[in-house]
Amino acid sequence: MSATPNIKLPVYLDYQATTPMDPRALELMLPFFTETYGNPHSRSHSFGWEAEEAVEKARAQVASLIGAVPKEIVFTSGATESNNLALKGVSRFYKDRRDEIVTVVTEHKCVLDACRHLEQEEGMKVTYLPVETNGLLDLDKLRAAVNERTAIVSVMAVNNEIGVIQPMVEIGKICRENGAFFHTDAAQAAGKIELDVNAMNIDLMSISGHKLYGPKGIGALYVRRKPRVRLQAMINGGGQERGMRSGTLSPALCVGFGAACALCEAEMGKDNEHIRRLADRLHTGLTERLDDVVLNGDQDQRFPGNLNLSFSFVEGESLMMGMRDVAVSSGSACTSASLEPSYVLRALGVEEEMAHTSIRMGIGRMTTESEIDYVIETIVEHVNKLRAMSPLWEMAQDGIDLKSVEWSEH
Amino acid sequence: MAYSEKLIEHFENPRNIGSMDKASSDVGTGLVGAPACGDVMKLQIKVNDEGIIEDAKFKTFGCGSAIASSSLVTEWVKGKTLDEAGEIKNTEIAQHLALPPVKIHCSVLAEDAIKAAISDYRTKAEEAGSGGDRELVSEQAAE
Repeated sequence: MSATPNIKLPVYLDYQATTPMDPRALELMLPFFTETYGNPHSRSHSFGWEAEEAVEKARAQVASLIGAVPKEIVFTSGATESNNLALKGVSRFYKDRRDEIVTVVTEHKCVLDACRHLEQEEGMKVTYLPVETNGLLDLDKLRAAVNERTAIVSVMAVNNEIGVIQPMVEIGKICRENGAFFHTDAAQAAGKIELDVNAMNIDLMSISGHKLYGPKGIGALYVRRKPRVRLQAMINGGGQERGMRSGTLSPALCVGFGAACALCEAEMGKDNEHIRRLADRLHTGLTERLDDVVLNGDQDQRFPGNLNLSFSFVEGESLMMGMRDVAVSSGSACTSASLEPSYVLRALGVEEEMAHTSIRMGIGRMTTESEIDYVIETIVEHVNKLRAMSPLWEMAQDGIDLKSVEWSEH
Repeated sequence: MAYSEKLIEHFENPRNIGSMDKASSDVGTGLVGAPACGDVMKLQIKVNDEGIIEDAKFKTFGCGSAIASSSLVTEWVKGKTLDEAGEIKNTEIAQHLALPPVKIHCSVLAEDAIKAAISDYRTKAEEAGSGGDRELVSEQAAE
């Protein structure tokens, strides 16, 4: 392999799992651990007031990113908590009048698991909508599923595995027409694509701090005030966050999260231009030099910083294990304890054998061109090496249709 | 997942990758697993007149553990008689490579691949024997 100047190994290409913190946001956080350590809920002295002021500024920064007003932002520990609070909070409050939930099979595990809980333990009826082969929702199927008993519709904005963007405006319209609340898990979308809660008729939105260059351990739930969305709290206590989420806030985390949101809002155009250029370079660099590489998910309706590719005839875990200096994620079963390939790829109708060959590459603000060039070289080298030892590649080159072979399933 | 040094070494420097002529009468081929399950192993053995495995080759589609398991068994079967090779147990493979519990099936597949290759070779030898072309075989051997 050629020399690799100017890059630090391993290369991080897993921005959907988490992002590094933007140092500018980190710097603003630090004083809140040491000097400005007041409890933001203390009303009787300046320590509390200072902390409160910082928290409220952060709340306004989060709100501004999504076109909301600050009072509509509830700080939580992250998107998993926000998703749970939205689904359980709304269901428990409204279930006498509306006892149905509509969601999608490709949602994040925490949404699906919260829905499963509400279905099995709390008597909600849940509809899990399928997706098309491009990963997008069929709006007619959504229309058919939403009715006057639907309390909440939960559809994620950008998918964490394949990066496709669901038609938010249209979904919001269908929800509003039926009087159902529209919740979106925007953990992968906030700060990456334009989101406007009013233009999209979004009633609840989950956001995560550490997916947008902020700190881990904090997130937010947007809860619409007009028309008002009511929630039953999951955590009871001092009544912080307008009673929806008790517990003392961490001003440091709020400040870092708020600053990260403000940076995303200010630099979204620049970020996206950078990400799109590098993603195109990576995708083109790989497909020009390797045959049988398939992009999973819609070609156009996608966030470019998520490139999910199947390298036919090469099992994903072996590819990741080969390129030890590149941190990516795989839809292959062999990386998980369950030994089942990605349920998201399966929902798109991707065949199991192709799901086993998928690799997700995440590109972000800190990714550099030299890193992308290094990754292209590394992947090409290892895919070729693994194909040379793949009996499936050999059979395919000999013109054998792999579907005609009688395999010994085990 | 944390893998043992032996496993990583076999994965990074796999032994005996390749293919032999499937149609040849002294070659036995085992193809086990399925693409949908994420692993397919092809193991081939070349058997000499004394019934000793003198060469072995593999090709594997699968995770690192599957590749390492196949590489290891190609080393182990060489120089063994068919009966000896048939006695290799998946537990020995798993133990040697320190496979984590979720990867035990890779060693099972490797054991299956050896058995399938031996069985393919024996089937071919029997067919050659009962097919009445033994003379041809010995003639060729005499050349």
